[in-house]
Amino acid sequence: MPEIQVAAALVLLATMSTGLLRALWGPTPSDRMMAVQLMGTSGIGVLLLLGPAIGVPALVDVALVFALLAAVAIVAFTRRAECAAEEA
Amino acid sequence: MSLLEGISAALIGLGLFFFIAGTVGLLRLPDPLSRLHALTKADNLGLSLVVLGLLPHTGGLLPGAKLVLVWLLVLAAGATAAHLVAKRTLRGDGEDAR
Repeated sequence: MPEIQVAAALVLLATMSTGLLRALWGPTPSDRMMAVQLMGTSGIGVLLLLGPAIGVPALVDVALVFALLAAVAIVAFTRRAECAAEEA
Repeated sequence: MSLLEGISAALIGLGLFFFIAGTVGLLRLPDPLSRLHALTKADNLGLSLVVLGLLPHTGGLLPGAKLVLVWLLVLAAGATAAHLVAKRTLRGDGEDAR
């Protein structure tokens, strides 16, 4: 079972790195946000898979913090433009 | 490999399929809203299936409950984020200034 989990974590790492190309290309800020969100979710998946595989249960707590921070980051990104528009 | 491990591996594999499909969609689809559609599939189904595949091997109620908590949090955050990003896209923020 640990082999499967580590292999799955590696596949997830590969997809999240590939997804970052969208953050590089854009073209709109929304696309970059989406790429960052995919990276956050894949990162949570990697942590959840690695926790039992390498015997570090605390990684699940790290994934919990990742989930919280990803939500806050997306909300901050989307509200930033609105605040700037109101001030202008 | 026991039956439970087989089911678990199949669920994790299915989750990975959705993550791969979501990434391909994010890279290949033509406009932001359809890319958002691909992304939410990866977020919700992909992570849900991975968590479901991991659940039988947590070995206890509390670790399992924590996994489910992460899952629910990602579901709620993903839905909220998708709405916010879609709203911002519809309001028409154009391309980056270069």
